[in-house]
Amino acid sequence: MSDVHATSGSLTTRSRRRALSVHAALDLTEPVVEWLVRLCGWSAILFVAAIFFFVFREAAPVLGGDLNLREFLTSQNWIPSSDVRPQYGILALLIGTLSVTGLAMLLAVPLGLGAAVYISEFCSAKVREVLKVVIELLAAIPSIVWGFIGYMVIGPVIIQLTGAAVGINLLNGGVILALMSVPVIVSVGEDALKAVPDSYREAALSLGASRWEMVYRVLFPAAKNGLLAAVLLGVGRAIGETMAVLMATGHAVQIPTSLLDPIRTLTATIAAELGDVVAGGTHYRVLFVIGLALFAVSFVVNLAADLVVKGIRRDRVG
Amino acid sequence: MRGRFSLVLWAVVAASGCVQIGAQQESEGSTTIRVEGSDTMVNIAQAWAETYNLKHREVSIQVLGGGSGVGIASLIDGNCDIANSSRKMKPDEIEKVEAKYRTKPKEAIVGYDALALYVHKANPLETIALDQLAEIYGWDGGIVRWSQLGAALGSGRRDTIVRISRQAGCGTYAYFREAVLGKSRDYKLGSVDQSGSKAVVALVSKTPGGIGYSGMGYQTPEVKMLRVAKHAGQPGVAPTPANAKNGSYPITRPLLIYTAGEPTGPVKAYLDWILSAEGQEVVRELGYVSLGEHE
Repeated sequence: MSDVHATSGSLTTRSRRRALSVHAALDLTEPVVEWLVRLCGWSAILFVAAIFFFVFREAAPVLGGDLNLREFLTSQNWIPSSDVRPQYGILALLIGTLSVTGLAMLLAVPLGLGAAVYISEFCSAKVREVLKVVIELLAAIPSIVWGFIGYMVIGPVIIQLTGAAVGINLLNGGVILALMSVPVIVSVGEDALKAVPDSYREAALSLGASRWEMVYRVLFPAAKNGLLAAVLLGVGRAIGETMAVLMATGHAVQIPTSLLDPIRTLTATIAAELGDVVAGGTHYRVLFVIGLALFAVSFVVNLAADLVVKGIRRDRVG
Repeated sequence: MRGRFSLVLWAVVAASGCVQIGAQQESEGSTTIRVEGSDTMVNIAQAWAETYNLKHREVSIQVLGGGSGVGIASLIDGNCDIANSSRKMKPDEIEKVEAKYRTKPKEAIVGYDALALYVHKANPLETIALDQLAEIYGWDGGIVRWSQLGAALGSGRRDTIVRISRQAGCGTYAYFREAVLGKSRDYKLGSVDQSGSKAVVALVSKTPGGIGYSGMGYQTPEVKMLRVAKHAGQPGVAPTPANAKNGSYPITRPLLIYTAGEPTGPVKAYLDWILSAEGQEVVRELGYVSLGEHE
């Protein structure tokens, strides 16, 4: 840039000097801002590493000693405060987390993708704006409020409709988590559909495809990766949820045999029990090991979502 | 580091009320006594603080709930002066106090609580025995249906006993296990675990086939307290202060206060007042059993 000014003979000496001083200041601002922005970017890595370090440090002393990893992963007996023999088996909790997440996805994926297709392809611009605002509002409802709805509203309805013994159970938690994941799936899914070039739509319609055929045969395959990413982000949302599932699933240590059985998740176990453990004790440390397990699960889900999204970019470039 | 980060704890603190009682504006010459611990005792602790403060404006008393374990952990860390507990300190907790303060923790009994068994108000059952409770809640216990207790609630799922318990580690959980299951038996897995005395009663009121244990001060019109007998077939005893007082109600426990070593200064004055007739009157007013009443 300064080369341009230096060689531009049409500038007066005065304005030329001013231009130079402004550029000198800019030359200083530029690297400072660049470093600040870089710091912001790297801070995310710093935080993730620090969180992992903290959780690992609290968990580490039992990993090589008191905790039998085989029992931890394969036993369904979670009896941490037993006076006889404490047992730390997370199988039932793990199955609880997976079953409630699975059920939530079974409900949320068709609903979320259906809504995404409607918003992206079928509705008018006006309806689209309204729907998008409302869906964002849905995403902004705090999880404790969802838990409260599950406990106070859906629970009694489930007892009324199904004759279930208790209203807070797998079905209740699944419905609540589905409602919480839908906004994520809709907004990411809609972006993925929007990213498909209009030429695809025009080509399909001009070949005589109906609008549904266009969506089903052309848009879905074309937006496949984006839609998968939407679903995986929904899964991540559901697995990590704590407060709502603590209130809505019944918090019972058992492997469910029916939709109406209460269950317990890994996250809710940490939330409920961390308040009552002796800091530094085995139970305390095992709760941090559960934290590590959750860290691993959400890392895998996020990594999968990330790789899928990268796949989309490569597709679009190549 | 401790359970302070627990979301549930925050919820409990928000629900039970984190109260700072006293004249805060007097920065000079005012003392703050920090009380923390048992959820069961948080109502009493607040009432004590309020009553005490009427006469002693110079002392500011901060009351937090969170659970017996939280209070004891806080006492060990030096974050509170008085720990409320509805269970005895465990040996490892006593060791931690000794290691840090080079003195034994001081224990004082400040009242008694009778754990009541709550069922839905539509449940026809009136009396339950401790050995029946052990078969409902205990490991490998055989009672899973109301019809086994002679109560007709319907068939199929409606006949299922939904046993409601507390989160592992809290004082009430440990006390009920000791009083009903004995020292060598664990809870049967699969109970619906709630994080608070009030939550247990609230869930029972929404669950026709539910049964849960909680302090006798938590009764609401939607639930019924069962009479408790020692053995099946014997007449049951209602959970009232009078019955806890005369020792006939079988599930009664002491409410405890711990300090790190012998209390001194304002904390000692406060504890002496709690044990006085005036402090014990507060216990009685809230539906618990005061020291004078329990024989």
